[in-house]
Order: sequence, then structure tokens, then C-alpha cells
Amino acid sequence: MNRASFTPNTSQMSRRLFLTAAGAVSLGAALTGCGGSGGSASTAKSVTPADIDKAMKTPTELTFWTWVPDIEQEIALFEKKYPAIKVKVVNAGQGVEHYTKLRTAIKAGKGAPDVAQMEYQAIPTFTITDSLLDLSPYGASELKDTFVDWTWGQVSGPKGEIWAIPQDTGPMGMLYRADIFDKHGIEPPKTWDDFAAAARKLHKADPDVYLTNLAANEAAAWHGLLWQAGAKPYATSGKGNVSINVNDAISKKLAAYWGGLAQEGVIGVEPDFTDAWFSALNKGKYATWITAAWGPVFLSGSAKSTAGKWRAAPLPQWDAAKPSSGNWGGSTSAVIKATENPIAAAVFAQFLNSDPESAKLFSTKQSFFPATKPLLTDPSFAGDASAFYGGQKVNQLFAEIGETVSTEFQWPPFLDQAVTDWTETVGTSLARKKDTVAALDAWQTRLTTYAKKQGFSVQAP
Amino acid sequence: MVLFLLMFLTPLGYAAYLSLFQERLIGGTAFVGLDNYVTALKDPLLREGVVRVGAFFVIQVPLMLLMALLFALALDSGLLRLARVIRLGIFVPYAVPSVVATLMWGYLYGPDFGPFAQLGEKFDLPVPHFLSDGWMLSSLANVVTWEFVGYNMIILYAALRTVPQELYEAAAMDGAGPWRIAWSIKLPALRPALLLTLLFSVIGSFQLFNEPKLLQDIAPDVIDSSYTANLYAYSLAFTGQQVNYAAAVSFLLGLVIVIFSYVVLFTANRRRTS
Repeated sequence: MNRASFTPNTSQMSRRLFLTAAGAVSLGAALTGCGGSGGSASTAKSVTPADIDKAMKTPTELTFWTWVPDIEQEIALFEKKYPAIKVKVVNAGQGVEHYTKLRTAIKAGKGAPDVAQMEYQAIPTFTITDSLLDLSPYGASELKDTFVDWTWGQVSGPKGEIWAIPQDTGPMGMLYRADIFDKHGIEPPKTWDDFAAAARKLHKADPDVYLTNLAANEAAAWHGLLWQAGAKPYATSGKGNVSINVNDAISKKLAAYWGGLAQEGVIGVEPDFTDAWFSALNKGKYATWITAAWGPVFLSGSAKSTAGKWRAAPLPQWDAAKPSSGNWGGSTSAVIKATENPIAAAVFAQFLNSDPESAKLFSTKQSFFPATKPLLTDPSFAGDASAFYGGQKVNQLFAEIGETVSTEFQWPPFLDQAVTDWTETVGTSLARKKDTVAALDAWQTRLTTYAKKQGFSVQAP
Repeated sequence: MVLFLLMFLTPLGYAAYLSLFQERLIGGTAFVGLDNYVTALKDPLLREGVVRVGAFFVIQVPLMLLMALLFALALDSGLLRLARVIRLGIFVPYAVPSVVATLMWGYLYGPDFGPFAQLGEKFDLPVPHFLSDGWMLSSLANVVTWEFVGYNMIILYAALRTVPQELYEAAAMDGAGPWRIAWSIKLPALRPALLLTLLFSVIGSFQLFNEPKLLQDIAPDVIDSSYTANLYAYSLAFTGQQVNYAAAVSFLLGLVIVIFSYVVLFTANRRRTS
């Protein structure tokens, strides 16, 4: 079955796993009642270079929870530079499964790793419980200019804290079938209006083909599109204050647009990353895939029969004069606050992702889309021409798109609930061709109720 | 006894203890007494989940047990050729992990590229949309039946093998044919085994989880996070971080199962004495 074919491709899996929202086991999560224990590591006082020097020469073993395959290669670079430090890799599952185990270990007060893989959208769900170490006293502040601007916005706290170091990214773009476009005389749409017109034209010309599929289970893609449109669905100020605006004017514009296309029946709305969806991509049922920078490599592995027919383009725009995009996927390395080796852990998280050699290895061995500026402009990366895309320099295109991603977007401290509620309101309205704008209101109501129940004070929009 | 207490009662006691508290992301943990139970009793999502698995029980279990019974009787009759192969064949699905079985059926059910849909298209036959709202419960019932017919058949078949040969001989002497023997000797002998399979099925139905959880990926708009009561408890604990409420919901679900099992046992026993 196809399902198995993308299991090894773990980084892509994780991006979508964020959506599955449930996914995990470990009844140990029931061990409640002692939240935020062991947070003794000091964050306020700054660490001197002498402290760091001393810690990095003291024999230490770090535990690192990650699902990234073959990460031992990058770790070897670190251990070569700091022979006293050994890093033990533990694969505690992926996405939601990983986070559930991590939450459990943190609550239990023991068994948590020093460093953990963490997707951007998961960071606030761990800072709300005060579980991450602020890396700014450990030299992380100096890395600001190394990383793409929006990634730094994602890992930064309101008081200048740095909660994690970016590892890879997924700025969103559009992959399209040049052959289908040519056959029907369609130009790659520059605006969403063009895109809608093309959707109608294509489906009318060939009822078996749709311009795209907006997966009704893919909250991550929806959030990426919200991000592109400039929406600010969530904001957290102070610890217990959250504002929820998932049904504001921008969201409603998006909902009316996609809900309208779904109701007209000119786009697909089937769940993605399923057998049927893989078949559909291979058989040309969809002429575009609205995806992220990790999409090109993923697609070349899972739709082999269509090699050479695809091209990449930026997302269609709401305002062609001000191109923008959102992000879907990617992850970071975060240090768990309860670590007994804060210095070694912080240095490791920084080295792993900012050392030029290590960062480059991620892009070549794991096919990660980089988060560091030097690598994105490196000719050996940006100049890569892929035969699957007819020799197009896809990396360069997505690197340029990355510069148009807004730095403002924030995630809620209860992401899993937001995702589940999205699927059951907005996603369901798309799948059943019901009123998507009204579904936004239902989503807003559900999230507000949940947040209040969890003790947040919720700001009125 | 100590082991029993440790392994069985401790987790149960701990869950009961948890269900009396409320932990929130902001504001910490507070003792709330039976509030979680009161909320759960009024929770429409929980009620719908329980009713849905109840309906599932009514559709699926009689069908499955009837099939298991027929297979067991047919195998026991000694009239089938290749009985061993058939017995193994019916039992094999039980050896397939339910996760794999569901993934496989999920593929077969596929509305576009699934084999049923493809065949339907080829021969111009209408094929139901197995993953739609109206069909989902039946599709789930089909997966579960496929998985467990063999298991129940083996239990019934084993019970049949314990019937003393003399009984059959005596019946034959009295002029009973194969149907009469099946009705008057085999079925009564099967009663305890049937009751056992029925009880397992009650528990299995009300705890329905794996199959809907996996089909959720391909039919997210049909199977929501509270589709079955067990799925609901799971989502509460791991999506909503509402562990305490989830514990209360689990306890209530357990209570429903106990009551239902008792009703089944009670009716069966009364029928025997009457």
C-alpha cells in the first residue's frame, strides 16, 4: 500500500501529522497534578563564555528526542567539535505521539530529554506550561541574522526569549502540471481571482480533472493560507490572555473563496496523504498541489510516473503588488527547561542548526528546506535544477518565496484542539459543500468555549 | 491477591481519583467532586457516542455470531471437504492486526480508486459510497465482522467438539436427522459458549476504537472526534488535555458496559430457567 511509501519520509510525515491532532498513546499522560516541575534552571542570569567553555569540556551525555532519520550524521559533526559531549538519540514517535510522550515526561518530572524536536506550531503549547529553556542567555541571540526572518519570529517570545532554534521550513508555493495547463491554455494564475477562473475553465473542459484539491482534513494548509492572507487568528499576551479571531474579515474572505469553489464543485476536497490522494496525484486528477517547500522533493518520490510534467510557482496572490506567502511545516530544536545540562544542550541545539556544515547536511541528506540565510543563497543549493520539474530551479524559487512570509503569525497555546475543531467545522463544511463562512463562526465559538474552560481570559475580537 | 490489587485496582483507583479533579492550562488543579460526572451525564457528545455504538452492536453482533455459528456447525458436521483449510481460512483474519485490517478495508472502500468503485465503474453498476455518513456504520460493522467471525467460530467449534459422541449416537438411534441433532443437541450444548461470545461482543462494540480512529483519516467529515464513546474519551485526554474529564467519561462508559453485560446475562439466564 502507498501508505507505507511515505512512512520513511518522516519529515514530511510530521508536517502532516500536526493535523491528525490525536494520534498518540501513552496513558501515562494521565500523570497530572505536578505541572512545570523541575524548572530550576536559571534563565535570567547570563552565562559567561568561561562557563560555556567549562561545560563543553565536561564529559556529559545529552538525550535528544527526534524523529529525523539519520540525524546521527549531523550529530557526528557536533561530537567531533566537542568530544566531551555525547548525544543519545531517542525516537519517541513523530508529531503528536512525540509531543504526548514529551508532555508526560515533563509532568512526571523525570525521563524528559535535554533537547527535543519541535515543530513551530507546537512551541506555544510547551511555553504555556513553562517547559522550555530560554536560549537567549546561551548565545542564541547572536544567531538572529543567520536565520530567515519569519522563523526567528516563530521561535521568539514576547520578552525577547528564544525558545528554540529553527531547523527547516515550509514556505508555501504551488506545484502545477505544465502539460495539463498547456493542453487547456491555462497560464499559471498570478492572483486568486485568476486561480478561481482557471478552476472553472479546467473543470468545464475536462470534468475528470480539477485545478486543485483543498484537503478537508488539512488544518495546516488552511493556517498557511490564513498566514498568506495576513490574518492573525491567535494572539497570546501575558500568560493567561489569549485572543481568538478565526472568523475575522480576512478569514471570512478566505472561507467564502474556498467554500464557494467547493460548492461549485470545481475543486477537490478529499483528505490528503491517503491512498486515494496519492493515486489522484499520479493519475492527473489534480492539476496543482498547493504545498510547501518540502513538497517538491516529496512529490518527486510519490508521483514518480509524472516526472518532468510538474513546475513550481509562487502561490496566487490576493494583492499581486504585494506578494506574500505563509508557512506549512518545518521544525526546530528546543531545550527542555528541566535539563541538568542547560549549557551543553543549548550549545548543541544551536550548533546542530546553525553550523554551516551541519545545516547543509540537513538539506542534502534529509532533503530539508533550509532555515539559514547563507544556505538559501548558496549556489550549490539554490542552483539545483531538478529533472522532475523540467530542470527548473525549484529551490531558488522557494527561497525567494520564503522572503515574503510574514513574521507576525502566531500559534495558539492549544493547537491540537484548534486543529480538531477546524476539521469538525470548517473542514466538514468544505467536504460536504456547506456554508464555510458560517462554519468559521462555529469554529470561533468552540475555541472560545474551550479556552475559557481551560482558564484563559479570552479577548473579544 | 497482592498482584491483583497492584495490577488491577491501583490504576482503576488512580483513574477514579483523577476523575474528581479538574486541571486547567491556566490556574492549575482543583478538586471538583463529582462535577465531571454531572457534566458527562449531560454531555450530548457522549450520549451520541454511546447510542452510536449501541446501534453498532445491534447491527453487527447478531450477524457476526450467526455467521460464526453457521461456520462452526458446518465444520463440525464433518460433511465439508477441506475442512481444515476452511477453518484456517476463516480464522486467518483474526490473526491480522486490526490496524492492518482497517487500512486494507479503507483502501477497498475508496470512492475513486478503490477496487469496488473501479469494478462498479467498469460494469456500470452503482456502488454505494462506503465512507459516507449513511454507510459508515455498516462499513465499520463489516470490518469488525471480517476480523472476528473466525475468532467466535473457533470458540463455538471448540465447544461443539466437547459434546460426547454417545449423545449423537443415541440421537441417531432415536431417529434424529442431522438438522434435528443440530437443533436439539448442538445448540443447547453451545449455550454457554454463545453467551461468552456475546459478552465479548458487548465489550468489543462499546469500546470500538481502532477501526473508526483509522478510517477517520480517510473520512474526516464523517467520523469526528466523538464518533464513538471511546474515541471521545481519547480525544478529550490527548487533544483537549482534559485528562480528568476523560477519566470520568471512561468510568461512565465502563458503567454502561457493566449494565449492558448484566442485562445480557440476566435475560439469557431467565430464558434458561423458564
